[in-house]
Amino acid sequence: MKTGKMLMILAAWLLILGLAAGCGAGASGGGTAGDVPGASGGGTAGDVPDGGDTPAPGDAPAVGETGGDIVVGVNFELSGNLAGYGQAKLNGLRIALDEINALGGVLGKTLVVKEYDNKGDNAEAVSLATRLMGEDKVVAMIGPVTSGRVMAAADVARQFGIPLVTGTGTSVGITVRADGEVNPFVYRTCFTDPYQGTLAASYAAGSLGLKTAALLVNQSDDYSIYMASAFQDAFEAAGGQIVDSVSFMQGDLDFRTALTKIKSAGAAMIFCPNYYEPNALIARQALELGYDGYIIGGDGWDNRDHLIQTAGPEALQKVYFINHYFPGDTGDDNQRFVEKYAELYHSAPPSFAALGYDTMWFVADAIEKAGAADPAAIDRAIAGTVGFQGITGTFDMGPNHDPIKSAVVIGFDEEGNYRLADRVR
Amino acid sequence: MRQWLTKTNLLVGLGLAAFYGLIQILIQAGVLRAFHQVNLITACLGIIMAVSLNLITGFTGQFSLGHAGFMAVGAYFSAVLTVRGGVYSPFSIVAGGLLAAVFGLLVGLPALRLKGDYLAIATLGFGEMIRVLLLNAKYVGGAAGLFGIPRTVGWTGAFFAAAATVLVIRNLLWSSYGRACIAVREDEVAAELMGIDITKYKALAFAVGAFFAGLGGGVYAHYFYGLQPDNFGFMRSVDYLVMVVLGGLGSLTGSVLAAVALTFINVILQQYSAVRMILYAVLLIVIMIFRPRGLMGSRELRIGRGGARKAAGDGAAGDA
Repeated sequence: MKTGKMLMILAAWLLILGLAAGCGAGASGGGTAGDVPGASGGGTAGDVPDGGDTPAPGDAPAVGETGGDIVVGVNFELSGNLAGYGQAKLNGLRIALDEINALGGVLGKTLVVKEYDNKGDNAEAVSLATRLMGEDKVVAMIGPVTSGRVMAAADVARQFGIPLVTGTGTSVGITVRADGEVNPFVYRTCFTDPYQGTLAASYAAGSLGLKTAALLVNQSDDYSIYMASAFQDAFEAAGGQIVDSVSFMQGDLDFRTALTKIKSAGAAMIFCPNYYEPNALIARQALELGYDGYIIGGDGWDNRDHLIQTAGPEALQKVYFINHYFPGDTGDDNQRFVEKYAELYHSAPPSFAALGYDTMWFVADAIEKAGAADPAAIDRAIAGTVGFQGITGTFDMGPNHDPIKSAVVIGFDEEGNYRLADRVR
Repeated sequence: MRQWLTKTNLLVGLGLAAFYGLIQILIQAGVLRAFHQVNLITACLGIIMAVSLNLITGFTGQFSLGHAGFMAVGAYFSAVLTVRGGVYSPFSIVAGGLLAAVFGLLVGLPALRLKGDYLAIATLGFGEMIRVLLLNAKYVGGAAGLFGIPRTVGWTGAFFAAAATVLVIRNLLWSSYGRACIAVREDEVAAELMGIDITKYKALAFAVGAFFAGLGGGVYAHYFYGLQPDNFGFMRSVDYLVMVVLGGLGSLTGSVLAAVALTFINVILQQYSAVRMILYAVLLIVIMIFRPRGLMGSRELRIGRGGARKAAGDGAAGDA
């Protein structure tokens, strides 16, 4: 049999993939579901439907409490190809957890986090949500980190009637289903992909005063597609004109043809709502071709080290992107977080870490406000959140279970360090 | 085959029914809670996928890395039928299996001119092709996936799908078709000299294996709420291949054992994210060092003929 040789190759692949799991962090979870709900503002903060068939409510032990502690579940992508995102978020979350417990915990009890790894697999995310909610009796679950996993686990939250909060899933379909119904018990603390597109358009048309734009969109990723269409709507509504639209596929490396076409169309800016790998190449190749307009994008740009290495600071001078978080923010809470992060993990915190930190505080805050370790009360407290102050901004929980939140526009200085260009909302 | 009502068949049937009934009672009594059910169903899914892959790779000797592709075909087709077409879900799951079988034939016929490593690459390419097609198919949600599939499969559905997979493939292997498949694995030239139509049996193995992989996909779609193309990538094919190799190429009960064992090992490792992949790989290496031909080799656990014995070509009866 030939299988012996193939087995060796397979074993080698398994190990390589295991090692590869540790790299890469920065951009946001991509992918957007189904239809973008148009004017479906339905559902107000109060009227979250009941869990329906909540399993075995009677004979369950005191929910979320083991030996006097309050337990919150964590269902993150900690191995596999999305591990970089999960790990960064967990790092931030742990800093918040330490702070909360150092300040006396919640409701006078110690806050405990039960962590599991879903490998970036949807079935595993469902299985772990069931484990946390059914076996570990958590009062709330944080995660999963990326959109697809959150959508898979959302039905489990509904089934058990225990709130699920993701700090980083930006896809619209997480909180609002394709049929326009708001997902009960499912919340997020970050803004959505279309919202980023809208903010980018208002910054470009307003602050920068641009009249013409071209789109350069990754056609194989809904993250790009939805952001681009939201940008187009808002930019045109603000009196701008889309003079060209070019799409590419995942894995493309050469954008010179597209950039030449855009340059000759005379666009004052390129809207580039993609992840950092293609973005870095686009910025570099635009510089080489002598394109002197702006390049504007979303949180997918947020990987400074990669951008500096691949594109270089000179290619980034007219690049601006919408982000959740600006590490150089001078607020006391943020400075404390940045110092703590650098001390523990020897780097500047990426957006995902800051969102993890905020999400942990957000959940602790909701438990405190609910006044009891009871999932239904916590669900009401989360839905009714007003004026939560996090390091990624101050926000209210909106009727669609999305936060109404400000964002930052980040630009680059001569050395390629982030600088705060603007705050938008 | 001629007499169905043998003592062995009766024992196997009773054993399966008793096992099903026991679990069902425990679920009803609340002893096995939601999380236990998730794992039971994941184990059933593993059994369906590993046993059907074993037919292709273990018994017919055709190295396939495209099993997740067949699974994706069944999963998406059945989900579309249920969600968009309003078809009763057991029918759509079977229809998903049938479409996967057609794909099995489509891949099978041209790819079967290839052997060994070359076939592995071709099937790998097929799996990736399905994934990329689904990524670009707007109708099923593209990269964002297809969500909102009602959960209509439970322990009963998953158990019967798994039992049907094992029994049908076991009976196929015990028939002249199965013996021909095994002859193809052992020596293609000799088999051809004996008058066995090699292409036909290879295509048969691919079609039947793909059917059950598609059935597994349907069970997955109707239990885990949603589908995304990235969940049917190369690594999923490898996961099932690992089950087959670990259990023993050419041992159905081995595949069943390995599928159950790996499901539960995975559950234990869920809380050790840092060392999870390493522990898993180390475990596989250790098992392969001490059991180089898999847990069961090509033996089977059998009922009625005195425990494990060499089954050179014979299929197996029953499982736990």
